[in-house]
Amino acid sequence: MAVMTYREALNLALREEMKRDDRVFVIGEEVGLYEGAYKVTQGLLKEFGPRRIVDTPIAESGFTGVGIGAAMVGLRPVVEMMTFNFALLALDQIVNSAAKMNYMSGGQYHVPIVIRGPGGPAHQLAAQHSQSMEVYFYHVPGLKVVRPSTPADAKGLLKAAIRDDNPVIFIESETLYNIKGEVPEDPEFVIPLGQAAVRREGADVTVIAYMGMMYRAMEAAEELAKDGISVEIVDPRTLQPLDAATILASVRKTHRAVVVEAGAGFAGMGSELSAVITEQAFDDLDAPVERVTGVPAPMPYARNLERAKTPSKERIIEAVRRVTYANGNRSH
Amino acid sequence: MAVSKVVMPKLSEQMETGKIIKWLKNEGDRIQSGDILAEVETDKADVEMEAFGSGVLRKILVPAGSTAPVGTLIGVIAEPADDIAAVVSQAGGGAPEAAAAPAAPAPAAAPAGAGATEMASRPAAVPPQPRREDPAARTPAPAAAPTAPARPVAPALAPVQPVAAPSDGGGRIKASPLARKIAAQSGVDLRLVQGSGPGGRVVRRDVEAASAGGARPAVAMPAAAAGAEFEDRPLSQMRALIAKRMPLSKAPVPHFYVSSEVAMDRAWTLREQLNALEGQPKISVNDFVIRACAVALLDHPGVNASFQGESIRVFHRAHIGIAVALEEGLITPVLRDAHAKSLAQIAVEARDLAERARARKLRAQEMTGATFSISNLGMFDVTEFSAIINPPEGAILAVGAVRKVPVVGEDGVGVGRRMMLTISCDHRAMDGAMGARFLQDVKRLLEEPLRLLI
Repeated sequence: MAVMTYREALNLALREEMKRDDRVFVIGEEVGLYEGAYKVTQGLLKEFGPRRIVDTPIAESGFTGVGIGAAMVGLRPVVEMMTFNFALLALDQIVNSAAKMNYMSGGQYHVPIVIRGPGGPAHQLAAQHSQSMEVYFYHVPGLKVVRPSTPADAKGLLKAAIRDDNPVIFIESETLYNIKGEVPEDPEFVIPLGQAAVRREGADVTVIAYMGMMYRAMEAAEELAKDGISVEIVDPRTLQPLDAATILASVRKTHRAVVVEAGAGFAGMGSELSAVITEQAFDDLDAPVERVTGVPAPMPYARNLERAKTPSKERIIEAVRRVTYANGNRSH
Repeated sequence: MAVSKVVMPKLSEQMETGKIIKWLKNEGDRIQSGDILAEVETDKADVEMEAFGSGVLRKILVPAGSTAPVGTLIGVIAEPADDIAAVVSQAGGGAPEAAAAPAAPAPAAAPAGAGATEMASRPAAVPPQPRREDPAARTPAPAAAPTAPARPVAPALAPVQPVAAPSDGGGRIKASPLARKIAAQSGVDLRLVQGSGPGGRVVRRDVEAASAGGARPAVAMPAAAAGAEFEDRPLSQMRALIAKRMPLSKAPVPHFYVSSEVAMDRAWTLREQLNALEGQPKISVNDFVIRACAVALLDHPGVNASFQGESIRVFHRAHIGIAVALEEGLITPVLRDAHAKSLAQIAVEARDLAERARARKLRAQEMTGATFSISNLGMFDVTEFSAIINPPEGAILAVGAVRKVPVVGEDGVGVGRRMMLTISCDHRAMDGAMGARFLQDVKRLLEEPLRLLI
């Protein structure tokens, strides 16, 4: 184990996979000479050269298409979106080519591509650069969607994504690049896609959250513990395929669930999780599933409005109190 | 005609799932209340599952060999004309609304009781006891009948719930799905539970509180206005179960009664002497009666017996149920192997059982498996009474107060102590003379009480 940042963990995963498999290459804006807008590809150009670390023009649809074509003929591209909001420009390539090529070719073509970059709200990135982009992708059959919350997950899941024979959408976060954590140095440390993690064990309520919201839920859990409310936190890690079994097992234990997501709630991950829980654990529920979501509005630039739009610790605490029927300071 | 749901019963506190060993009835068979529907394998023993409702076994939802969680709908009993589609389609769903449920109250649940002044029943008619001494038993169940929940909540008998007809109307009960599931498993009647959730929703803690301490009266219950002619009090779980169980004994079991007066002078004197001994437990008159019955039962196995339909099961050990009155009903803890215990042992155990019965602290196995029961109303200065048999037991002894009465002796009239005993017997298993001979022996043992010490 070594302690490293989330950014370093991603960098290590890329380096290890590029060493392991010479079909792996990185393509995107500023990934080479500039070493990445967020320095995730630091040192890779020097180590692997310009054939495998490819700088591109500002042309998301174009270089994503290049990546898909390369994947179809046997390479394993890692496409970097400077921020995932820019993937909107490549949406047709991702949704209509990457996701469907295996199906439409009758299995003749695999598209082992990883499209990665930061998404979600950060610090005053405003309306166009703060979106929770996962919602645009996990709806599409054929795409896998990963949201890694910790440095260890960043490494283990990115390696699994690169080794996967299908297109994987891998969305990081600007706010997490500098967090530190223990990361296994074993080059064969891989976290299979589709496995949730219980981040905190508890008895009274299951809070399902990922990325920054998972850390906010942790803070809420600490505060709720003082009032005797025991919160279990489950991080799905992979949104598609979803590890429903781990989530349901937790809900069957605690009998209540709160889903937190940074994006606007309508038809979001919270809606999906709420539906899964209600369909499959109905008789175990002691309260309706609650969603804590972003306000349905574009992200404001102003710091105070940005805070108001994004789910807060206080709103998570309120939701937990509602589903545990614990009002005021009274413990359940 | 009501549709009855057959659900996987909770046969022990730990039980979470049960396996259907085999169905003893097929789809289409006509079912009488009390019929054995299936054999269920639990973590501890194999148990026969009895039907509460009558009708036709319309649907088997969990086939033999399959395992289902407690509370799962496993079958449906209804008349051929009844529409069961709605019930079947909600298989695995929550418990039904019971807003205007027809006849029966909550599912089998609280410790079964007898009439207000008589014996309580054991929580269940079927489970372990029948197999306990059966060498062919599939599972060598431990001697202490294991299958029954610990709290005085024992739905081992026929977990069949009446389903209110859809047209019944009435107020819908707001309850969380979990609360409904727990209520169905523990036999709590949601109508009697006051919900503490938003809008009065009944949630888990409400059901658990009701299950632990008897249902809180619903807020909706109209308070008795000053000067009102009457008030309707909701049934406690225990009262509801007693009301349901007792007709199941009194009606189908043909009772006969035999009474005898016992001279208690010597027993009284002996008891005073024993109780004067330092370091010895205090012994009650009832302890003498328990000991006398236990000894006599071994000599009269025909009375220590249970009618089984095709046979009569005769017990070789005397497990005596002792009725204990509670605030809202009564309960019958079982003093096991009373024939092999001394008066002092019986005194200590009986007091412990009674105290824990009043505190609702009995363990499951302490509430099942009696072969004979005793109900004593002497403390209420009752001269004599007769009790209702607690099936599947074959007899019960009703004990009156020890009274001082004028007695004609050789030298004139003196003062004697007398006590009335009345035994209620199941005429299907025994006859008047058998009951009389047993009573005669009990009388002899009490009148020559030194026999109880050897």
